[in-house]
Amino acid sequence: MAKSEQEILEGLAEIVNEETGIPAGDVKPEKSFTDDLDIDSLSMMTIVVNAEEKFGVRIPDDDVKGLSTVGDAVSYIQKASA
Amino acid sequence: MADNRLTDSQRVVVTGLGATTPLGGDVASTWSAMLAGQSGVEVLTADWVDTLPVHIAAPVAVDPSEVLPVPQIRRMDRSGQFALIAAREAWADAGSPEIDPERMGVVIASGIGGVTTLLAAYDTLKERGARRVLPMTVPMLMPNGPAAVVGLELKARAGVHTPVSACSSGAEAIAYAVDMLRSGRADVVAAGGTEAAIHPLPLAGFAAMQALSTRNDEPERASRPYDKGRDGFVLGEGAGVVVLETLEHARARGARIYGEVAGTGITADAHHMAQPDPVGAGAARAMSMAISGAGAVPSDVVHINAHATSTPVGDVAEVQAIRNALGDATDGACVSATKSMTGHLLGAAGAVESIATLLALYHRKAPPTTNLEDLDDDVSLDVVKGEPRDLPDGELLALNNSFGFGGHNVAVAFRTVEQ
Repeated sequence: MAKSEQEILEGLAEIVNEETGIPAGDVKPEKSFTDDLDIDSLSMMTIVVNAEEKFGVRIPDDDVKGLSTVGDAVSYIQKASA
Repeated sequence: MADNRLTDSQRVVVTGLGATTPLGGDVASTWSAMLAGQSGVEVLTADWVDTLPVHIAAPVAVDPSEVLPVPQIRRMDRSGQFALIAAREAWADAGSPEIDPERMGVVIASGIGGVTTLLAAYDTLKERGARRVLPMTVPMLMPNGPAAVVGLELKARAGVHTPVSACSSGAEAIAYAVDMLRSGRADVVAAGGTEAAIHPLPLAGFAAMQALSTRNDEPERASRPYDKGRDGFVLGEGAGVVVLETLEHARARGARIYGEVAGTGITADAHHMAQPDPVGAGAARAMSMAISGAGAVPSDVVHINAHATSTPVGDVAEVQAIRNALGDATDGACVSATKSMTGHLLGAAGAVESIATLLALYHRKAPPTTNLEDLDDDVSLDVVKGEPRDLPDGELLALNNSFGFGGHNVAVAFRTVEQ
């Protein structure tokens, strides 16, 4: 069964927190991974790999470049898992 | 005995100590456990243990997960975590001095590198495919990873280095750091070694060489250097880091000085990949170089922290080497084999044992050698056993020996320094 946006956001926030130490509450849809959360490309790829695992989706490298905000990632994961 | 050939800008002293070992999560707890003759060896509980002939090892007393936040744990191999913990302690112990980053160096050795990361990543690759191999895998598995971690932490831009010489790596790091300071490349260097290899593959490999003790039912009695009943070493893990600086720099900032790295000796056997030269010629030459480099003579040596891993062949070869290097003065030096308590920390051994040697001088107390119940007839040394041994007053010289597979020999001579 597809997860809700809120469930995906919470799951993603947990992954970001484990990788970077950023409090899960700071991982909000409008936040940019690079500009607001200061996440480097290696951490971003780790987050992507862990998100693929957690949500059972595939996020090709070319698509990762288009995910600039947390909200972009949540929408992408929801569509991919629908 | 004081060495008048060197200026204060060439003499190198130790101003900070840090360690995480099977005996304790820091230097103070490690040293007090050592003086008390405690053992860090235990029976492993992992599910793979029954597949191996060796069921014992010496894990760190305080797991890094108790000290470091999860994001740091996830981005560093266990050996990098140990190095960071030891380096932070050493740096704080040195008073966290303000140093121009371009005058700050780091030398953190490892014998094997990020072996648990490498093997876990290979398991992931085989079981779940390339997509699941995490992007930090290479920086975590590379042997210079821990040095880079410490270099980032301490903002070291004079150079970050990683000597790799098996079980002499940690001592070689200290010798390399001395060269950096004496050649004027840096004013302060954090140097040491780290190892995290308690994993079935290294254990199986060492066991295949018959290098490990199989005294599985008596873990605390398994590491027994110089004892007739010794049957191999016990694999340990951990890290040791020292802060080194020129005497001139240390005095100028009023730093507490634990002792001087008075001389270093590095040689190679070119005899056999894994067996020591039976007469220990290369090891003896390393000790002689360290003593003469200190401007001293063999009779100045009052204490030796021996490599003594508890293998039948290695312990006796080192005895020969010590007698060759010190001659008639051998009987004037009391010898401690602290691996009887810590197990063998491989690439960290030379660093942790250098710290033990420095503290023996600083507190004038040589730690005991435990489990020595029946001295091997071929061990003609004054071995400290039972209780710690008080060292005399006055200026003292002590040696730390470290030897490694590949025929590497490193000896470091430490000297007391008047504050």
